[in-house]
Amino acid sequence: MKAFTILLRRELGLAWGKGGGPLLALAFYACVVTLLPLASGRAPERLAVLAPGIAWLALALAALLSLERLFERDYEDGALDLLALGPASLEAVAFAKCLAHWLAAGAPLALAAPVAAVALGASPIIIPLLFLCALAGGLAFSFLGGLGASLALGSKRGGLLVAVIVLPLYAPPVIFGAGALDALAGGLPWLTGLVLLLAYSVATVALCPLAMAAACRNALD
Amino acid sequence: MLRVVRIKDLALVRGERRLFSGLTLDLNAGEAVALIGRNGAGKTSLLRAVAGLLRPAEGAIGFEGEQGALEAEAARADHLHMVGHLDGLKAARTAWEELVFQTLWTGGTEAGARAAVARLDLTRLLDLEVRRLSAGQRRRLALARLLASPRALWLLDEPMAPLDAAHREIFGAVMAEHVAGGGMILAAVHDPLPIAARTVEISR
Repeated sequence: MKAFTILLRRELGLAWGKGGGPLLALAFYACVVTLLPLASGRAPERLAVLAPGIAWLALALAALLSLERLFERDYEDGALDLLALGPASLEAVAFAKCLAHWLAAGAPLALAAPVAAVALGASPIIIPLLFLCALAGGLAFSFLGGLGASLALGSKRGGLLVAVIVLPLYAPPVIFGAGALDALAGGLPWLTGLVLLLAYSVATVALCPLAMAAACRNALD
Repeated sequence: MLRVVRIKDLALVRGERRLFSGLTLDLNAGEAVALIGRNGAGKTSLLRAVAGLLRPAEGAIGFEGEQGALEAEAARADHLHMVGHLDGLKAARTAWEELVFQTLWTGGTEAGARAAVARLDLTRLLDLEVRRLSAGQRRRLALARLLASPRALWLLDEPMAPLDAAHREIFGAVMAEHVAGGGMILAAVHDPLPIAARTVEISR
Protein backbone atom coordinates (compact mmCIF):
# COMPACT_ATOMS: atom_id res chain seq x y z
CA MET A 1 0.00 0.00 0.00
CA LYS A 2 2.88 2.35 0.82
CA ALA A 3 4.52 1.53 -2.51
CA PHE A 4 1.20 2.21 -4.24
CA THR A 5 1.00 5.69 -2.69
CA ILE A 6 4.60 6.45 -3.66
CA LEU A 7 3.90 5.49 -7.26
CA LEU A 8 0.59 7.33 -7.39
CA ARG A 9 2.24 10.53 -6.15
CA ARG A 10 4.98 10.22 -8.71
CA GLU A 11 2.52 9.64 -11.56
CA LEU A 12 0.49 12.66 -10.50
CA GLY A 13 3.70 14.69 -10.30
CA LEU A 14 4.67 13.59 -13.79
CA ALA A 15 1.21 14.40 -15.14
CA TRP A 16 1.10 17.86 -13.60
CA GLY A 17 4.80 18.59 -14.13
CA LYS A 18 6.32 20.35 -17.07
CA GLY A 19 4.41 19.71 -20.26
CA GLY A 20 1.08 20.17 -18.46
CA GLY A 21 -0.73 17.05 -19.73
CA PRO A 22 -4.09 17.83 -18.08
CA LEU A 23 -4.12 21.41 -19.36
CA LEU A 24 -3.43 20.16 -22.86
CA ALA A 25 -6.27 17.66 -22.58
CA LEU A 26 -8.57 20.49 -21.46
CA ALA A 27 -7.39 22.69 -24.33
CA PHE A 28 -7.99 19.88 -26.79
CA TYR A 29 -11.43 19.38 -25.32
CA ALA A 30 -12.23 23.05 -25.71
CA CYS A 31 -11.06 22.98 -29.35
CA VAL A 32 -13.20 19.99 -30.30
CA VAL A 33 -16.25 21.40 -28.57
CA THR A 34 -15.82 24.71 -30.40
CA LEU A 35 -15.16 23.12 -33.78
CA LEU A 36 -18.24 20.90 -33.81
CA PRO A 37 -20.80 23.74 -33.85
CA LEU A 38 -18.80 25.38 -36.64
CA ALA A 39 -19.15 22.18 -38.63
CA SER A 40 -22.82 21.53 -37.83
CA GLY A 41 -24.20 24.74 -39.37
CA ARG A 42 -26.22 27.71 -38.12
CA ALA A 43 -29.13 26.32 -36.19
CA PRO A 44 -28.96 26.88 -32.43
CA GLU A 45 -31.95 24.63 -31.75
CA ARG A 46 -30.31 21.71 -33.55
CA LEU A 47 -27.06 22.39 -31.66
CA ALA A 48 -28.89 22.41 -28.33
CA VAL A 49 -30.19 18.91 -29.07
CA LEU A 50 -26.70 17.69 -29.94
CA ALA A 51 -24.92 19.51 -27.10
CA PRO A 52 -24.84 16.78 -24.41
CA GLY A 53 -23.77 14.18 -26.96
CA ILE A 54 -21.00 16.40 -28.29
CA ALA A 55 -19.73 17.21 -24.80
CA TRP A 56 -19.76 13.50 -23.98
CA LEU A 57 -18.04 12.26 -27.15
CA ALA A 58 -15.33 14.94 -27.05
CA LEU A 59 -14.59 13.71 -23.54
CA ALA A 60 -13.80 10.23 -24.84
CA LEU A 61 -11.49 11.65 -27.50
CA ALA A 62 -9.65 13.95 -25.09
CA ALA A 63 -9.10 11.07 -22.66
CA LEU A 64 -7.82 8.84 -25.45
CA LEU A 65 -5.30 11.35 -26.78
CA SER A 66 -3.76 12.01 -23.39
CA LEU A 67 -3.43 8.27 -22.71
CA GLU A 68 -1.66 7.06 -25.77
CA ARG A 69 1.84 7.15 -24.27
CA LEU A 70 0.89 6.08 -20.74
CA PHE A 71 3.26 3.08 -20.80
CA GLU A 72 5.37 3.90 -23.84
CA ARG A 73 7.54 6.51 -22.12
CA ASP A 74 8.32 4.19 -19.21
CA TYR A 75 9.03 1.39 -21.64
CA GLU A 76 11.45 3.47 -23.69
CA ASP A 77 13.44 4.98 -20.83
CA GLY A 78 13.68 1.80 -18.75
CA ALA A 79 11.40 2.97 -15.93
CA LEU A 80 9.09 0.03 -16.63
CA ASP A 81 11.93 -2.36 -15.66
CA LEU A 82 12.25 -0.56 -12.36
CA LEU A 83 8.49 -0.59 -11.80
CA ALA A 84 8.37 -4.30 -12.61
CA LEU A 85 11.12 -5.00 -10.03
CA GLY A 86 9.46 -2.97 -7.29
CA PRO A 87 7.47 -4.14 -4.28
CA ALA A 88 4.08 -3.79 -5.99
CA SER A 89 2.84 -6.21 -8.63
CA LEU A 90 2.58 -4.99 -12.22
CA GLU A 91 -1.20 -5.17 -11.81
CA ALA A 92 -0.98 -2.61 -9.01
CA VAL A 93 1.43 -0.50 -11.08
CA ALA A 94 -1.01 -0.44 -14.00
CA PHE A 95 -3.87 0.38 -11.62
CA ALA A 96 -1.92 3.28 -10.11
CA LYS A 97 -0.99 4.69 -13.51
CA CYS A 98 -4.58 4.65 -14.78
CA LEU A 99 -5.95 6.01 -11.52
CA ALA A 100 -3.40 8.85 -11.67
CA HIS A 101 -4.48 9.60 -15.22
CA TRP A 102 -8.08 9.75 -14.14
CA LEU A 103 -7.27 12.07 -11.23
CA ALA A 104 -5.05 14.31 -13.33
CA ALA A 105 -7.00 14.45 -16.60
CA GLY A 106 -10.37 12.69 -16.17
CA ALA A 107 -11.53 14.73 -13.20
CA PRO A 108 -10.72 18.17 -14.70
CA LEU A 109 -12.40 17.08 -17.94
CA ALA A 110 -15.47 16.02 -15.95
CA LEU A 111 -15.69 19.58 -14.64
CA ALA A 112 -15.33 20.99 -18.14
CA ALA A 113 -17.98 18.78 -19.74
CA PRO A 114 -21.10 20.41 -18.18
CA VAL A 115 -19.69 23.87 -18.94
CA ALA A 116 -19.22 22.91 -22.58
CA ALA A 117 -22.68 21.37 -22.85
CA VAL A 118 -24.42 24.43 -21.42
CA ALA A 119 -22.31 26.75 -23.57
CA LEU A 120 -23.54 24.84 -26.61
CA GLY A 121 -27.13 25.42 -25.53
CA ALA A 122 -28.06 22.33 -23.52
CA SER A 123 -30.57 22.78 -20.72
CA PRO A 124 -28.84 23.39 -17.35
CA ILE A 125 -30.81 20.56 -15.71
CA ILE A 126 -28.40 18.04 -17.20
CA ILE A 127 -25.38 19.56 -15.37
CA PRO A 128 -25.29 17.21 -12.33
CA LEU A 129 -25.96 14.10 -14.38
CA LEU A 130 -23.41 15.02 -17.05
CA PHE A 131 -20.83 15.63 -14.33
CA LEU A 132 -21.55 12.22 -12.77
CA CYS A 133 -21.47 10.48 -16.14
CA ALA A 134 -18.22 12.20 -17.04
CA LEU A 135 -16.62 11.15 -13.72
CA ALA A 136 -17.75 7.52 -14.00
CA GLY A 137 -17.19 7.33 -17.73
CA GLY A 138 -13.78 8.97 -17.35
CA LEU A 139 -12.75 6.09 -15.12
CA ALA A 140 -13.68 3.61 -17.85
CA PHE A 141 -11.96 5.77 -20.49
CA SER A 142 -8.74 5.89 -18.44
CA PHE A 143 -8.57 2.17 -17.75
CA LEU A 144 -9.57 1.09 -21.27
CA GLY A 145 -7.13 3.61 -22.71
CA GLY A 146 -4.39 2.21 -20.49
CA LEU A 147 -5.25 -1.24 -21.80
CA GLY A 148 -4.85 -0.01 -25.38
CA ALA A 149 -1.62 1.80 -24.52
CA SER A 150 -0.14 -1.34 -22.95
CA LEU A 151 -1.15 -3.56 -25.87
CA ALA A 152 0.46 -1.14 -28.33
CA LEU A 153 3.80 -1.13 -26.45
CA GLY A 154 6.74 -1.29 -28.82
CA SER A 155 4.71 -0.94 -32.01
CA LYS A 156 5.69 1.72 -34.53
CA ARG A 157 2.23 3.17 -35.12
CA GLY A 158 1.38 3.30 -31.43
CA GLY A 159 -1.06 6.21 -31.48
CA LEU A 160 -3.34 4.98 -34.24
CA LEU A 161 -3.19 1.43 -32.97
CA VAL A 162 -4.32 2.55 -29.51
CA ALA A 163 -7.27 4.39 -31.04
CA VAL A 164 -8.29 1.37 -33.13
CA ILE A 165 -8.08 -0.95 -30.12
CA VAL A 166 -9.78 1.37 -27.68
CA LEU A 167 -12.52 3.23 -29.56
CA PRO A 168 -14.74 0.13 -30.01
CA LEU A 169 -14.43 -0.51 -26.27
CA TYR A 170 -15.51 3.09 -25.64
CA ALA A 171 -18.82 2.38 -27.40
CA PRO A 172 -20.72 0.93 -24.39
CA PRO A 173 -19.95 3.76 -21.94
CA VAL A 174 -20.71 6.33 -24.63
CA ILE A 175 -24.04 4.65 -25.32
CA PHE A 176 -25.00 4.28 -21.64
CA GLY A 177 -24.01 7.85 -20.79
CA ALA A 178 -25.67 9.39 -23.83
CA GLY A 179 -28.78 7.29 -23.14
CA ALA A 180 -29.04 8.58 -19.58
CA LEU A 181 -28.57 12.19 -20.71
CA ASP A 182 -31.09 11.79 -23.50
CA ALA A 183 -33.65 10.28 -21.13
CA LEU A 184 -33.18 13.11 -18.63
CA ALA A 185 -33.58 15.75 -21.33
CA GLY A 186 -36.76 14.00 -22.54
CA GLY A 187 -38.19 13.69 -19.02
CA LEU A 188 -37.84 9.89 -18.96
CA PRO A 189 -36.29 7.65 -16.24
CA TRP A 190 -32.52 8.03 -16.63
CA LEU A 191 -31.24 5.91 -13.76
CA THR A 192 -30.79 2.73 -15.83
CA GLY A 193 -28.27 4.37 -18.14
CA LEU A 194 -26.27 5.75 -15.24
CA VAL A 195 -26.25 2.42 -13.40
CA LEU A 196 -25.14 0.55 -16.51
CA LEU A 197 -22.38 3.12 -17.00
CA LEU A 198 -21.23 2.70 -13.40
CA ALA A 199 -21.28 -1.09 -13.77
CA TYR A 200 -19.19 -0.90 -16.93
CA SER A 201 -16.68 1.42 -15.24
CA VAL A 202 -16.34 -0.85 -12.23
CA ALA A 203 -15.79 -3.84 -14.51
CA THR A 204 -13.03 -2.07 -16.46
CA VAL A 205 -11.32 -0.94 -13.25
CA ALA A 206 -11.38 -4.51 -11.97
CA LEU A 207 -10.35 -6.32 -15.15
CA CYS A 208 -8.11 -4.00 -17.17
CA PRO A 209 -5.14 -4.02 -14.72
CA LEU A 210 -4.84 -7.80 -15.18
CA ALA A 211 -4.65 -7.43 -18.95
CA MET A 212 -2.32 -4.42 -18.74
CA ALA A 213 0.13 -6.28 -16.51
CA ALA A 214 0.16 -9.23 -18.89
CA ALA A 215 0.74 -6.93 -21.86
CA CYS A 216 3.62 -5.16 -20.07
CA ARG A 217 5.25 -8.48 -19.13
CA ASN A 218 4.99 -9.54 -22.73
CA ALA A 219 6.54 -6.30 -23.96
CA LEU A 220 9.46 -6.55 -21.49
CA ASP A 221 10.20 -10.17 -22.37
CA MET B 1 18.64 -12.12 3.24
CA LEU B 2 19.64 -13.63 -0.09
CA ARG B 3 22.61 -15.98 0.08
CA VAL B 4 22.85 -17.87 -3.21
CA VAL B 5 21.68 -17.43 -6.77
CA ARG B 6 21.65 -20.70 -8.69
CA ILE B 7 21.54 -20.61 -12.47
CA LYS B 8 21.11 -24.10 -13.85
CA ASP B 9 21.31 -25.24 -17.50
CA LEU B 10 19.99 -21.90 -18.64
CA ALA B 11 19.22 -21.27 -22.30
CA LEU B 12 18.00 -17.94 -23.64
CA VAL B 13 16.35 -17.35 -26.99
CA ARG B 14 15.69 -13.91 -28.48
CA GLY B 15 13.35 -14.09 -31.47
CA GLU B 16 14.65 -16.95 -33.62
CA ARG B 17 18.18 -16.75 -32.25
CA ARG B 18 19.54 -18.94 -29.47
CA LEU B 19 21.93 -16.76 -27.46
CA PHE B 20 23.44 -19.49 -25.33
CA SER B 21 22.46 -22.73 -23.70
CA GLY B 22 23.61 -24.93 -20.85
CA LEU B 23 24.82 -22.05 -18.67
CA THR B 24 25.29 -23.11 -15.08
CA LEU B 25 26.50 -20.61 -12.52
CA ASP B 26 26.29 -20.32 -8.74
CA LEU B 27 26.68 -16.91 -7.21
CA ASN B 28 27.31 -16.96 -3.47
CA ALA B 29 27.15 -14.27 -0.82
CA GLY B 30 30.27 -12.12 -0.86
CA GLU B 31 31.09 -12.91 -4.44
CA ALA B 32 31.33 -10.86 -7.63
CA VAL B 33 31.04 -12.34 -11.10
CA ALA B 34 32.11 -10.49 -14.24
CA LEU B 35 30.25 -11.65 -17.35
CA ILE B 36 32.30 -11.19 -20.48
CA GLY B 37 31.57 -12.02 -24.11
CA ARG B 38 31.33 -10.41 -27.53
CA ASN B 39 28.60 -7.87 -28.31
CA GLY B 40 25.24 -9.59 -28.60
CA ALA B 41 26.40 -12.71 -26.75
CA GLY B 42 23.54 -12.37 -24.28
CA LYS B 43 25.09 -10.71 -21.24
CA THR B 44 22.32 -8.14 -20.85
CA SER B 45 19.69 -10.80 -21.56
CA LEU B 46 21.16 -12.98 -18.81
CA LEU B 47 20.90 -10.10 -16.34
CA ARG B 48 17.29 -9.50 -17.39
CA ALA B 49 16.53 -13.20 -17.01
CA VAL B 50 17.93 -13.20 -13.47
CA ALA B 51 15.78 -10.15 -12.76
CA GLY B 52 12.75 -12.08 -14.02
CA LEU B 53 12.09 -9.77 -16.96
CA LEU B 54 12.92 -12.44 -19.55
CA ARG B 55 11.53 -15.94 -19.55
CA PRO B 56 14.28 -18.56 -19.99
CA ALA B 57 13.80 -20.99 -22.88
CA GLU B 58 15.25 -23.80 -20.77
CA GLY B 59 16.73 -24.21 -17.33
CA ALA B 60 15.99 -22.45 -14.07
CA ILE B 61 17.13 -19.60 -11.89
CA GLY B 62 16.75 -20.18 -8.17
CA PHE B 63 17.25 -17.98 -5.12
CA GLU B 64 18.24 -19.25 -1.70
CA GLY B 65 18.25 -17.48 1.63
CA GLU B 66 19.52 -18.54 5.03
CA GLN B 67 16.49 -20.81 5.53
CA GLY B 68 16.65 -22.50 2.14
CA ALA B 69 14.97 -21.75 -1.15
CA LEU B 70 13.09 -18.46 -1.59
CA GLU B 71 10.08 -17.89 -3.74
CA ALA B 72 11.54 -16.33 -6.91
CA GLU B 73 9.09 -13.47 -7.32
CA ALA B 74 9.40 -12.33 -3.70
CA ALA B 75 13.18 -12.68 -3.80
CA ARG B 76 13.33 -10.45 -6.86
CA ALA B 77 11.01 -7.84 -5.42
CA ASP B 78 13.00 -7.59 -2.17
CA HIS B 79 16.60 -8.48 -2.83
CA LEU B 80 17.81 -7.31 -6.21
CA HIS B 81 18.78 -4.11 -7.95
CA MET B 82 19.31 -3.83 -11.67
CA VAL B 83 21.10 -0.89 -13.26
CA GLY B 84 21.31 -1.09 -17.03
CA HIS B 85 21.78 1.15 -20.04
CA LEU B 86 18.28 2.51 -19.63
CA ASP B 87 18.16 4.14 -16.23
CA GLY B 88 14.46 5.01 -16.06
CA LEU B 89 15.22 8.58 -15.01
CA LYS B 90 12.65 11.12 -16.22
CA ALA B 91 14.28 13.96 -18.15
CA ALA B 92 11.92 16.66 -16.87
CA ARG B 93 12.29 15.89 -13.15
CA THR B 94 15.13 16.94 -10.90
CA ALA B 95 17.87 14.54 -9.92
CA TRP B 96 16.73 14.59 -6.28
CA GLU B 97 13.07 13.88 -7.09
CA GLU B 98 14.09 10.93 -9.22
CA LEU B 99 16.54 9.54 -6.69
CA VAL B 100 14.00 9.80 -3.87
CA PHE B 101 11.37 8.00 -5.93
CA GLN B 102 13.74 5.21 -6.97
CA THR B 103 14.95 4.86 -3.40
CA LEU B 104 11.50 4.72 -1.78
CA TRP B 105 10.21 2.44 -4.53
CA THR B 106 12.98 -0.07 -3.87
CA GLY B 107 12.38 0.06 -0.13
CA GLY B 108 15.00 2.58 1.02
CA THR B 109 14.69 5.77 3.04
CA GLU B 110 15.34 9.42 2.33
CA ALA B 111 18.24 9.36 4.82
CA GLY B 112 19.74 6.53 2.80
CA ALA B 113 19.37 8.61 -0.35
CA ARG B 114 21.23 11.49 1.32
CA ALA B 115 24.09 9.20 2.31
CA ALA B 116 24.30 7.87 -1.25
CA VAL B 117 24.39 11.42 -2.60
CA ALA B 118 27.36 12.28 -0.39
CA ARG B 119 29.19 9.10 -1.28
CA LEU B 120 28.81 9.40 -5.04
CA ASP B 121 29.52 13.13 -5.16
CA LEU B 122 26.06 14.13 -6.41
CA THR B 123 25.34 17.05 -4.07
CA ARG B 124 25.79 19.78 -6.67
CA LEU B 125 23.56 18.01 -9.19
CA LEU B 126 20.47 17.50 -7.04
CA ASP B 127 18.53 20.56 -8.18
CA LEU B 128 19.26 20.02 -11.86
CA GLU B 129 16.79 18.46 -14.23
CA VAL B 130 17.91 15.04 -15.33
CA ARG B 131 18.08 16.24 -18.96
CA ARG B 132 20.94 18.60 -18.01
CA LEU B 133 23.14 15.80 -16.66
CA SER B 134 25.97 14.26 -18.67
CA ALA B 135 26.03 10.52 -19.34
CA GLY B 136 28.44 9.94 -16.47
CA GLN B 137 26.42 12.06 -14.04
CA ARG B 138 23.23 10.21 -15.02
CA ARG B 139 24.92 6.88 -14.42
CA ARG B 140 26.08 8.01 -10.97
CA LEU B 141 22.54 9.07 -10.17
CA ALA B 142 21.25 5.67 -11.29
CA LEU B 143 23.93 3.89 -9.25
CA ALA B 144 23.03 5.93 -6.17
CA ARG B 145 19.95 3.78 -5.51
CA LEU B 146 22.24 0.78 -4.96
CA LEU B 147 23.55 2.55 -1.87
CA ALA B 148 20.33 4.29 -0.92
CA SER B 149 18.27 1.12 -0.51
CA PRO B 150 20.41 -1.82 0.54
CA ARG B 151 19.70 -5.00 -1.39
CA ALA B 152 21.88 -8.08 -1.61
CA LEU B 153 22.11 -8.76 -5.34
CA TRP B 154 23.32 -6.11 -7.79
CA LEU B 155 22.83 -6.77 -11.49
CA LEU B 156 24.97 -4.24 -13.31
CA ASP B 157 25.21 -3.74 -17.04
CA GLU B 158 28.45 -1.97 -17.98
CA PRO B 159 28.28 0.05 -14.76
CA MET B 160 31.61 1.83 -15.20
CA ALA B 161 31.43 2.64 -18.92
CA PRO B 162 30.46 6.34 -18.76
CA LEU B 163 32.28 7.14 -15.48
CA ASP B 164 35.49 9.17 -15.30
CA ALA B 165 38.62 7.84 -13.58
CA ALA B 166 37.92 9.44 -10.18
CA HIS B 167 34.37 8.11 -10.02
CA ARG B 168 35.42 4.67 -11.25
CA GLU B 169 37.64 4.55 -8.21
CA ILE B 170 34.85 5.62 -5.87
CA PHE B 171 32.39 3.13 -7.34
CA GLY B 172 35.06 0.42 -7.23
CA ALA B 173 35.34 1.01 -3.49
CA VAL B 174 31.54 0.92 -3.17
CA MET B 175 31.43 -2.46 -4.92
CA ALA B 176 34.25 -3.82 -2.79
CA GLU B 177 32.36 -2.82 0.39
CA HIS B 178 29.16 -4.40 -0.87
CA VAL B 179 30.90 -7.71 -1.56
CA ALA B 180 32.81 -7.59 1.73
CA GLY B 181 29.47 -7.11 3.52
CA GLY B 182 28.06 -10.32 2.05
CA GLY B 183 26.50 -8.81 -1.05
CA MET B 184 26.56 -10.28 -4.54
CA ILE B 185 27.40 -8.62 -7.84
CA LEU B 186 26.69 -9.95 -11.30
CA ALA B 187 28.07 -7.48 -13.81
CA ALA B 188 28.27 -7.51 -17.59
CA VAL B 189 31.56 -5.85 -18.51
CA HIS B 190 34.12 -5.37 -21.24
CA ASP B 191 36.84 -3.89 -19.03
CA PRO B 192 37.76 -5.94 -15.98
CA LEU B 193 36.00 -5.02 -12.72
CA PRO B 194 38.24 -3.11 -10.27
CA ILE B 195 37.51 -5.69 -7.55
CA ALA B 196 38.33 -9.35 -7.18
CA ALA B 197 35.79 -11.12 -9.37
CA ARG B 198 35.27 -14.48 -10.97
CA THR B 199 35.09 -14.16 -14.75
CA VAL B 200 32.48 -16.09 -16.70
CA GLU B 201 32.43 -16.00 -20.47
CA ILE B 202 29.07 -16.06 -22.19
CA SER B 203 29.21 -17.80 -25.55
CA ARG B 204 27.21 -20.24 -27.60
